[in-house]
Amino acid sequence: MSTLHTVNKSPFEKSSLESCLGYAKAGSAVLMYEDAVYGAIKGTAIADKIAAADGVKFFVLGADLKARGVAEDKVAAGIEIVDYSAFVNMAVENDKVQAWV
Amino acid sequence: MSETIKKFMYLNRRAPYGTIYAWESLEVVLIGAAFDQDVSLAFLDDGVYQLVKGQDTSGVDMKNFSPTYQALGDYDVTKLYVEKESLEERGLTLEDLMPLTYEDEDDDWAEKDSIRLVSRAEIADIMDEQDVLFSF
Repeated sequence: MSTLHTVNKSPFEKSSLESCLGYAKAGSAVLMYEDAVYGAIKGTAIADKIAAADGVKFFVLGADLKARGVAEDKVAAGIEIVDYSAFVNMAVENDKVQAWV
Repeated sequence: MSETIKKFMYLNRRAPYGTIYAWESLEVVLIGAAFDQDVSLAFLDDGVYQLVKGQDTSGVDMKNFSPTYQALGDYDVTKLYVEKESLEERGLTLEDLMPLTYEDEDDDWAEKDSIRLVSRAEIADIMDEQDVLFSF
């Protein structure tokens, strides 16, 4: 069963992204949006944990990066920047969505 | 009314758009600036994200209030303490922040930096000196 995990809280303020990483299985996808986009920035402790998650695909919402002044070249390698329509497609294509609110 | 000037510090610990805290803090600072107190702002934890340059909210249907920080100097709010450790933990440096300046009336209106990079220990000392702390 493929799952899309969505996270919208800053990993430096709340533990939801880290919890998500503990449950996301190989073959699932994690989408970071709203304040969770700060988790996509390279060179942080959480970036190392994302890099260590084997077989999990990571995505980040471009509009939320832009709103927060996070340039695309600041995003860690292996995290794909997506738009709203890709978000919708991922929600449809996966069997279910697990929201780590 | 007492003529005593008190030291007021606003603590900013939240990222700018996920919650309303950052914007509310800015509004209160601007209102409070009318009362001629000794005002300073501290940016720590996720609060450092409020000052990141290049914010563009056109894709998320929200108001980009970051240009308002540039106006603080005109309201004599000229002490913006940014915590070094909070920046580092988030993969940021001073170069990622908006340049914020004020004109120093006691120094022939020389343009000076409002942002002061300080350590966690220094911020703790500065907080300790305050009469009033407002948390956002």
